[in-house]
Amino acid sequence: MTTTIESIPAASAAATAPQVYDLKLDDVRTLNKAIHQATGGESFVVEHPGGKHSLAVGINAEIDVDINGHAGYYAAGMNQHGRITIHGNAGVGVAENMMSGTVHVKGDASQSAGATAHGGLLVIGGNASARCGISMKGVDIVVGGNIGHMSAFMAQAGRLVVCGDAGEALGDSIYEARIYVKGSVASLGADCIAKEMRPVHLAELAELLQAAGRDDDPADFTRYGSARTLYNFHVDNSSAY
Amino acid sequence: MCGIAALQLRNPELRPKMGALLSTMLCEIVDRGPDSAGLAVYDNPDLNTEGIATLSLLGGDLDISSAEIDALLAGILPEGAASQVKVVGDTTLVSAEVPAAELAGAVVKASPGVVVAGRGERVTVMKSVGHPVEVAERHGLDGMYGTQAVSHTRMATESAVTAGGSHPFSVADDLCLVHNGSFSNHASVRRELKRLGVEFDSENDTEVGARYVAHRLEQGDDLETALVNLGKVLDGFYTLVVTTADSMAVVRDPIACKPAIIAETDDWVAMASEFRALAELPGIENARIFEPEPGKVYTWSL
Repeated sequence: MTTTIESIPAASAAATAPQVYDLKLDDVRTLNKAIHQATGGESFVVEHPGGKHSLAVGINAEIDVDINGHAGYYAAGMNQHGRITIHGNAGVGVAENMMSGTVHVKGDASQSAGATAHGGLLVIGGNASARCGISMKGVDIVVGGNIGHMSAFMAQAGRLVVCGDAGEALGDSIYEARIYVKGSVASLGADCIAKEMRPVHLAELAELLQAAGRDDDPADFTRYGSARTLYNFHVDNSSAY
Repeated sequence: MCGIAALQLRNPELRPKMGALLSTMLCEIVDRGPDSAGLAVYDNPDLNTEGIATLSLLGGDLDISSAEIDALLAGILPEGAASQVKVVGDTTLVSAEVPAAELAGAVVKASPGVVVAGRGERVTVMKSVGHPVEVAERHGLDGMYGTQAVSHTRMATESAVTAGGSHPFSVADDLCLVHNGSFSNHASVRRELKRLGVEFDSENDTEVGARYVAHRLEQGDDLETALVNLGKVLDGFYTLVVTTADSMAVVRDPIACKPAIIAETDDWVAMASEFRALAELPGIENARIFEPEPGKVYTWSL
């Protein structure tokens, strides 16, 4: 069981004054180019993001980025080491394929949040829509509100924590990711089942909630995971092929 | 992929700025569909007059004479009244104080092959091939007054890139439908509707959606019920915006692959494919912003 959990920064720890990019004046490529040249310790502020796509993608250094407004598609995608805060909503595919670092969406996230992400921590203050954590491969995701249908579809590794309700077909065809839901689950997907909360799960959930800056009680959550019935071919099904 | 932007203005003070507001929305969704575009504007006094039917015809260079239409409408046109023909960009508007269906019959007879893109007393539909911003400029969208308006930028998948295949589809009085996605069983539904006597203009999948909604409304459904029924009959991917004389509805299919975002203030309600289309609306910073839930019908009335 992995125990390394990133946590969202309490406040920007950067030693230098932030570099400010106003997207009413600067284009997204200029912003991303500056971010890619950072070596660590820098901080960036993005004003008037206006729902533009691909903001702060491909970060590969320990930097802080504050996006003051709503971001469009694929914000903070492929993040490594960066700490990105979106002070608003995020569009489709926020923190897609994140490797490490943290992404904190203060508002809601659209579909496919944290898709295929390998590591790091994604915190969504509001709701996430459909396909949250689809094919997640090691990321930790904490959602303050609800998640939409087909979330954690084919999730392979990592933890998904939902403080609200989950939509239809949660964890369909799930592998070894662990899901914790506080509210109701509209329906479980194929091979996803409710599981016992052992002390080790309560402990890791407490750690995840703390890392996300939340004070929910781990005892209020139910754990879901793979029944592992789809792992091997079942000989009774051979006539179907 | 296509782009949708729709706006209903509750505050009358904003209505003179409808075209300018819709333009800012349209600009941001152009790259979702750059091959053709369509606009529908409601209650513009330069385009529509209540009590008088107006048809929106595709093309700004049609050879249509109002005298010929008047002759064909003899007997139902009120004493001393005449039809009007007006060109706005790539659209020809024909108006007369007769039911829209009668006017459409006369126009098609006077000018065979003409395509009626919109009809009603309150809506004008403007569609054309080309860059959506240029389509909007040719029609003078920026200066237009309106209560409701819808724009669509198309990236064609199911049928040809033509003005007729671009959205909105307006197949009944003051009714418009725009679609992002594709209907997979449109041929079966078209066949069934034809059996019930519904006539079609094209092989386009979205026209089937529009004809289905018009058919349900004619059967007595309200807008919300008609869209719930559409969800039971039409299969495929869709985010739809449907407008009537005084209301607007949004619905997404239950799988919800096609994006949609709604923002609402006391002054207006807006829907778009992406947030960036809403970013310049007045008061957006305090708007209630949410993603419509899959399979749920949302409606707003003026």
